[in-house]
Amino acid sequence: MAYKMLNGNTAAAEAMKLAKVQVVSVYPITPQSPMSERLADMVASGEMKAEYIRVESEHSAMSMTMTAQLTGVRAGTATSSNGLALMHEVLSMVSGTRAPVVMPVVNRGVAAPWTLWCEHGDSMAQRDMGWLQFYSENVQEVLDLMLVAYRVAEDERVLTPAMVCLDGFFLSHSMQKVDVPEEELVDDFVGPYIRKNGYLDTKDPMFLCGLCGPEDYTEMRYQQKVGMDNASKVAQEVLEEFEAKFGRKLEIVEGYKTEDADVVLVALGSMCGTAKYVVNKMRAEGKKVGVAKVTMFRPFPVDQLRKVLAGKEVIGVFDRSAGLGGQGGPVWSETCAALKDQSSDIRHYVGGLGGRDVTIDNIEKIFNELLEIKEGRRDKHTQWIDLKDNPMEIRQVIKNV
Amino acid sequence: MYDIQHESKGLVSHGVNACAGCGLELIARNTMEVLGENTIVVIPPGCGSLFSGYGAGAAMKLPGFQGNLENTAACAAGIRAALNAKGDKETTVLAFAGDGGTVDIGLQSLSGVMERRDKVLYICYDNEAYMNTGIQGSSSTPYQASTTTTPTGKPTERKSLMEIAIAHDIPYAATASIHNLRDFRRKVQKAKDTNGPSLIHIQTPCPTGWRYDPARSVELARLAVQTGAWILYEYENGKIKVNMKLKNLKSIEEYIKPQRRFRHLSQEDIEELQETVKKNYQRIMDRLEYMEGTV
Repeated sequence: MAYKMLNGNTAAAEAMKLAKVQVVSVYPITPQSPMSERLADMVASGEMKAEYIRVESEHSAMSMTMTAQLTGVRAGTATSSNGLALMHEVLSMVSGTRAPVVMPVVNRGVAAPWTLWCEHGDSMAQRDMGWLQFYSENVQEVLDLMLVAYRVAEDERVLTPAMVCLDGFFLSHSMQKVDVPEEELVDDFVGPYIRKNGYLDTKDPMFLCGLCGPEDYTEMRYQQKVGMDNASKVAQEVLEEFEAKFGRKLEIVEGYKTEDADVVLVALGSMCGTAKYVVNKMRAEGKKVGVAKVTMFRPFPVDQLRKVLAGKEVIGVFDRSAGLGGQGGPVWSETCAALKDQSSDIRHYVGGLGGRDVTIDNIEKIFNELLEIKEGRRDKHTQWIDLKDNPMEIRQVIKNV
Repeated sequence: MYDIQHESKGLVSHGVNACAGCGLELIARNTMEVLGENTIVVIPPGCGSLFSGYGAGAAMKLPGFQGNLENTAACAAGIRAALNAKGDKETTVLAFAGDGGTVDIGLQSLSGVMERRDKVLYICYDNEAYMNTGIQGSSSTPYQASTTTTPTGKPTERKSLMEIAIAHDIPYAATASIHNLRDFRRKVQKAKDTNGPSLIHIQTPCPTGWRYDPARSVELARLAVQTGAWILYEYENGKIKVNMKLKNLKSIEEYIKPQRRFRHLSQEDIEELQETVKKNYQRIMDRLEYMEGTV
């Protein structure tokens, strides 16, 4: 065991090195760029034994990672924001060909307006592309979830690619003390890459991804669905093994002081750290609040979330993406569907967009609103929690000047 | 492992459902025969994917992958990188794409491969339009050819893929034609032996899209060269070699008359097209001869 000062970018790169990724093809994009650079450094110095492809776009980065993996090696890439959007079409090739690629995604809003900063709109937009999605609360979790993701994604029962999401700047650029496991321990946990069903090999030729007619397409999709369904159970096994080996407990859904809580806030990503701090602060004031941290968003952890939220009458859900045109953001919609047979009042909050900090005040305001709703003293809640007072006046064109 | 249902002579199965007279079929069979079994193929959606197969069936005894339309070169480069990581320098990685997948939507990823010097053999079979989707114009559709998206004739000249490859200074690039398969096979072998990216741009007569009698594919390929509409040359380690220099060009009419994609042209249009083809031929030849060092 060795502690290192790492930020989210270097922690993800460290995990790729520890997992002995053999082909890296990455395209730099803020705030992921330091990860591309760190990987290049490690390959150049020989610290990491891999082919590094200085690629010309995220579309190609994802394509090369996919075919490299199909050729029988563990391959890696990483991206963010518009880069992830550019990968969109290839993401479903990767999942459809059952190439279990693991990719860190540094969360950043998608233009327009141009933003460099954190929100979950980029990865949420890809939530139905057949990838597992993990969200990290802190830098240690970035490293840990990466290692877990390799195991879950590559498991024969799953064979589904995985995104490990980390909040742009809040995690990608913040230095934290990280327990970096020994190489041998990781070798033992992750193991070498073993190709499974489909691969490219001249000694055992097969053609992958040929045209599939209506007579088979549904079943091919169904196989993916089964892989997704299995992922939850496999993740649970892997997380238990991880805890036994590395001594750190990670949960698919973590209930933080939820057991006796009057109201619970569902959240994901780095804001969970803030939310837990607020829980402690408010509990000291005698207010019984709790947080349900969703670590694995795909597949959506229905059973785990239902367990944590069982019997809760008033629940808040914090979406760090706008969910435009939907009845609410993706986390809220999923939570509502998961609790459809429970008569909970589930309130939807949107905030922390385009790098706006999710503050202690924001979370405290949400909890107070939820408590007032529970006590029957409040009807409406503040859906866009951190909105300015004059949203419609921002950047209006002044006419006739 | 493939379960072989029908033994075929080469690596491509018999009875592939290409159109009658398809120029691509000759190219595919000859390419795979030259490259041999130690080859991994990437074919994007398009006419070429007839040679990959349908559903659980495959039409070639080779490992292959059908990627997206625009990432053929990138998919090939990923396979190359994985082979390199495994210490395999011998296996050939073939990217096999049409003109649309190459000079239009796939140009960026091809440029990446050429610039990085990835060892990938790229063959662009150019049937001069998006034939598999129903004859829509591409940037390789020649001047004045009618397609479903250029119904009154394409108003601009085709893009020069060879010159783009030469601008990247790749170790080997060549044009080819199905009327001279010996020359094509020699070029495929050369490309296979190249240590770095190699590209072959081969004109691919298409009876369905060009609208001519399917019996005349080879004849039209020859006429394209004889009229100066298609030029055969190679670029090898910085040196140009023109394979066939013509003293006199045949009349363009001989080439376009059998093709109904040029049927809308008036006599005046044909004369103008003749001038354009001549001027183009001369312009390219001047440049090639200058690069050859023969001028």
